[in-house]
Amino acid sequence: MEWETVIGLEIHAQLATCSKIFSGSATAYGAEPNTQANLVDLGYPGVLPVLNGEAVRMAVRFGLAIGARIAPHSVFARKNYFYPDLPKGYQISQYELPVVAQGSLDLVLDDGTRKRVGITRAHLEEDAGKSLHEGMPGMSGIDLNRAGTPLIEIVSEPDMRSAKEAVAYMKKVHTLVRYLDICDGNMQEGSFRCDANVSVRPKGSDKFGTRAEIKNLNSFRFVEKAINYEVERQIELLESGGKVVQETRLYDPDKGETRSMRSKEEANDYRYFPDPDLLPLVIDDAFVATIKASLPELPDEKAARFVRDYGLSEYDAGVLTASRELGAFYEDVVRRVGRDPKLCANWVMGDLAAFLNKDNLEINDSKVDAEALAGLVTRIVDATISGKIAKDVFEAMWASGESADAIIEQNGLRQITDTGAIELAIDEVMAKNPGQLADYRSGKDKLFGFFVGQVMKATGGKANPAQLNDLLRKKLSG
Amino acid sequence: MSAPAPTVAALARGLAEGAFSSVELTRAYLERIAAAQPSLNAFITVTGESALKAAAESDAARAAGRAGRLTGVPIGHKDIFCTEGVLTTCGSKMLGNFVSPYDATIVSGLRTAGTVMLGKLNMDEFAMGSSNETSHFGPVRNPWDTQKVPGGSSGGSAASVAARIVPAATATDTGGSIRQPAALCGVTGIKPTYGRCSRYGMIAFASSLDQAGLITVSAEDAALLLGPMSGFDPHDSTSVESPVPDYTTTLGDSLQGLTIGLVREFFDKGLDAACEQRIRDAIAVYEKLGAKVREVSCPNLPLSVPTYYVVAPAECSSNLARFDGVRFGHRCDSPKNLLDLYCRSRGEGFGAEVKRRIMTGTYVLSAGYYDAYYLKAQRVRQLISADFARAFKECDLLFGPTTPTPAFRIGAKCDDPITMYLNDIYTIGANLAGLPGMSIPCGFVDGLPIGLQIVGPHFSEARMLNVAHRYQQETDWHLKTPSAFA
Repeated sequence: MEWETVIGLEIHAQLATCSKIFSGSATAYGAEPNTQANLVDLGYPGVLPVLNGEAVRMAVRFGLAIGARIAPHSVFARKNYFYPDLPKGYQISQYELPVVAQGSLDLVLDDGTRKRVGITRAHLEEDAGKSLHEGMPGMSGIDLNRAGTPLIEIVSEPDMRSAKEAVAYMKKVHTLVRYLDICDGNMQEGSFRCDANVSVRPKGSDKFGTRAEIKNLNSFRFVEKAINYEVERQIELLESGGKVVQETRLYDPDKGETRSMRSKEEANDYRYFPDPDLLPLVIDDAFVATIKASLPELPDEKAARFVRDYGLSEYDAGVLTASRELGAFYEDVVRRVGRDPKLCANWVMGDLAAFLNKDNLEINDSKVDAEALAGLVTRIVDATISGKIAKDVFEAMWASGESADAIIEQNGLRQITDTGAIELAIDEVMAKNPGQLADYRSGKDKLFGFFVGQVMKATGGKANPAQLNDLLRKKLSG
Repeated sequence: MSAPAPTVAALARGLAEGAFSSVELTRAYLERIAAAQPSLNAFITVTGESALKAAAESDAARAAGRAGRLTGVPIGHKDIFCTEGVLTTCGSKMLGNFVSPYDATIVSGLRTAGTVMLGKLNMDEFAMGSSNETSHFGPVRNPWDTQKVPGGSSGGSAASVAARIVPAATATDTGGSIRQPAALCGVTGIKPTYGRCSRYGMIAFASSLDQAGLITVSAEDAALLLGPMSGFDPHDSTSVESPVPDYTTTLGDSLQGLTIGLVREFFDKGLDAACEQRIRDAIAVYEKLGAKVREVSCPNLPLSVPTYYVVAPAECSSNLARFDGVRFGHRCDSPKNLLDLYCRSRGEGFGAEVKRRIMTGTYVLSAGYYDAYYLKAQRVRQLISADFARAFKECDLLFGPTTPTPAFRIGAKCDDPITMYLNDIYTIGANLAGLPGMSIPCGFVDGLPIGLQIVGPHFSEARMLNVAHRYQQETDWHLKTPSAFA
C-alpha cells in the first residue's frame, strides 16, 4: 500500500525579552544556576505574576507577520502538573483563548513548488526550569534560571506531508522570528525547539491516522531524522497488522530512533483553568496598528523584491533572504557594484557561503565584508580579472584580509586584454604544437579546448577568455 | 499602665498628646497578649523584641516631629501575610518552618504608616475554616466564652481585638473569614472591594475571592487603617487603580436619604429568631437616623455556598501545588524518590480540611467534570453578581445578618463539613461578586455577640464606614468587652 505522511509541528520560540514573562528577573542564558530566579520565579508563598508587556508586543509582531488574527481578548490559563522544575506546580500558558489565531506561512520547496502551511494558533506561556542530573549521583539539581522565560508556542495545522516539508516550515518560522527580532533562534541553547505530531494514512484517505508526538527536537537535522524514523516505524507497524497507539515519544539522536515516553492513558490531566491572578489580556486596534507600522520588511516581501528588482530566481531570492543579515549583505554588495546583481548573488551564495560554512562563521563575522566582495565583483565586471582568477583572489582575500585590488596588483593578476599580447601567445602555442594544429584543421574540433588551455597556461591564466576565444578561432582556422 | 484605651483612634490621640509613649503602649499590649495566650491561643508568633524596637523608633520619629496619625500604634497581623524575617505559617504545619524573605504589600504599607507589629495571629489552616479549629497551632477560643469558637478563618484577629490584646488586626476574607469571626467575637470587620488592597504577599487560598481587610473595635479605627492598606500595587495585576480617599473625612456624613435594602434571602428559615431580632433592632436605629428601608431580592444567592465550594477549592488545589517540599516549607524525612517526596511532604504538611478542599478542587477541574462543575459555578457566580447589581439599583447598601447563629461550641461541627460550610451562607455572596462587606456588633444573644452585615457596591467603602460609624455613635455594642478581658 502507498502511505501518506501527515505532520503538524508545535514550535516553542523563546522571546528575546530582557526580563521574564511574569517577573523582573533577567533572561540571559548561561548564568550560574538559580542566580536569575527571584521569589516570583521560585513560586514563593504569596507572590503574584505580572505580565511583561514586551512579550505581548513580540507575540503580536509574530501574529501580524503570519497574517493571523490578533485576539482582542485572550486569557492566561494554568496548566497544572507536578514537577520539580515547575515551581508553582502549574505553568501559566494560554489555552482556550490564545493571543494569535489563524495565520499561515508560504514555503518554497527545493523543487520550486509552493506550499501553504496553516498556523492554528500561537500563544504566550512561561518556560519551566531545568532538572540537572550530571555530576550529582543519587540526586537531582534544579536550576530555575529558565523558569518564567517567555515562550511563544506556534501550533501548525497538520499540513505537512514529509519530513522535508516539516523542516522547510520550521526553517521558515526560524527565519521569521529572527527577522522580527523576537527570538535569537539559538537551537543549541534551546531558544527554538519543536514537538512533531506524526501520523500516516493510506494515500487518498481523508481520515487522519493515530498520531505520535515526538518531544523536544532542537535541530533541523533531528526533526528530519526523527520524523523519517517515526514514519517508517508506523508504516512497518501497520503493514505487519499492528496499530499505532497515541503516545508521546522521545528522539534519541545517538541511536537515531524514537522511543515511547508515555501513553495517552498515562498522560497528565492538566486541569486547565483561567489564571485568577492575571486579568484577561485586552489588545486594542491602536496597539496593533502601532506594532504593524514598526514591522520590518518580511522575508517573503524581500524575496519578491529581489526577484522583481534584481532579476533573481525565486530560489536564489529565497536563499538570500533566509536571514535579515544575509539580505542586507547582498544588497550592500549590489549597491556598491552598481550592476549585474545576478553575478553578485552568485558570489554571495557561492564562494562566500562556502567559506563561511567551512569556517563556521555567520555572515556578520565574514572575513570578506560587503565592501571587499563588491571590490572583487567590480573587477570581474570591468574585466580586470576573469571569474576563474577571481576565485583565487577571493581565497587570498579571505586568508589575508586584503582588498581585491591589492592582491591583483601584488600578484600581477590583471587580465591581458591587449590583442597583440594574446595573439603573440597564440602564435607561440601554434608553433610549438604543429601536430595538434594539423589534426584540428583536418576536423578534430575538440582540440580547441586544448589550445585554450595551452594559451591560458602561457599567459598565467590572465588572458581575457572572450578575447582569447575569438582570436584563437580566427588563427586556428588559418 | 492600666488597661489601654479601647480604640486605635483613642490610642493615636494619647500618643499625639504624649499621654503615653509607643514603647509603654507596646509593652502593655505585649503583657496582655502573654496573659491571654493560654486561654485564647490567638497568637502563633509574638514579635515582642522587634515590636519594642519599632515602638522606640516611632517615639523617636514623634520626638523629631515626623509622626503620622498612626505612628506608634501597635497592631497584629494575620499569619497569612508574609512578614520579612518573621515566621509566616498560614496556620499550617506545611509552613511551620517558613520565615518569609519579604513583606506583603499591606504589611509594608501599614508599617510605613507608622504601625508597630505585635506578632502573627492564629488562623484556620490556609484560611480554610469557619471556626479556627483547622489551625495546626490549635484552636483559638472566643473571649466571650472560651468553650465557643471565635469563627474563622481570621479567628486570631477577631478574638485578639475582642479581648483588647491588640488594638486592631489585619485579616483576610475569602468567603466570610473577616465578617464571620468579627460577628462571633463582637468586633468590627471590613472586607474591602476585591482589588482594593494588594494580595501580594498574602498567601493565596482562592485568588479570585481572597481579599485583605481589617478587624477593629470601631468603624472609625477601620477608616484610619484602611487607607495605608489600599491602592494599586504593581506587584498585583488584580489590584485596582482607583483613588484612595481619606476614609475618616466622611465618617460623620448624614444618613438622610440612605436607602437600605434588606435582602429577603438573608432572612430565611435558617436564621435564628433571636439573632433576627437583633438585626431588626439595628435597622430601627438606622430608620431613626433617616434611612429608608425596603426589601430586595437576590434570587440566586441561595446558590452561593455550592458555587463557592466549587470555585474556591478549584483555585486552592492549584494555589497549594507549590507546597511540594522542594524549595521551602515542610519536607518529609529521607524521601525514597520524587513521588514519595511529594506524597509524604504534602500528606504530612497539610491538615484534613486542606486535603479535602484540594481533592474537591482537583475533582471539579478534571477532564470530563470541568464543564459540569467549574464552568457551571462560574456561570452561577455571574448570576449572583447580576442579582447584586440589580439590587443596588433599588438601594444604596444591603443589610442582613452576618451569621445564622451566634458562636457555637468548639468541636460541635468538626465532623460535619457541610454544616460548617453553611456558616458562611450570608457572607459568601459578597466574595463571589467582589463586593465590599462589613460586620458590626449589634447586640447579644445568650451573652454571645451578633453581627449586622452591610454589603455595598464596588468601592463604596467610604459610605459603608460612614454608615457603620453613625450606628456606633448611637450604640455602644462595639465597646462591650468580655468581662474576663476587661
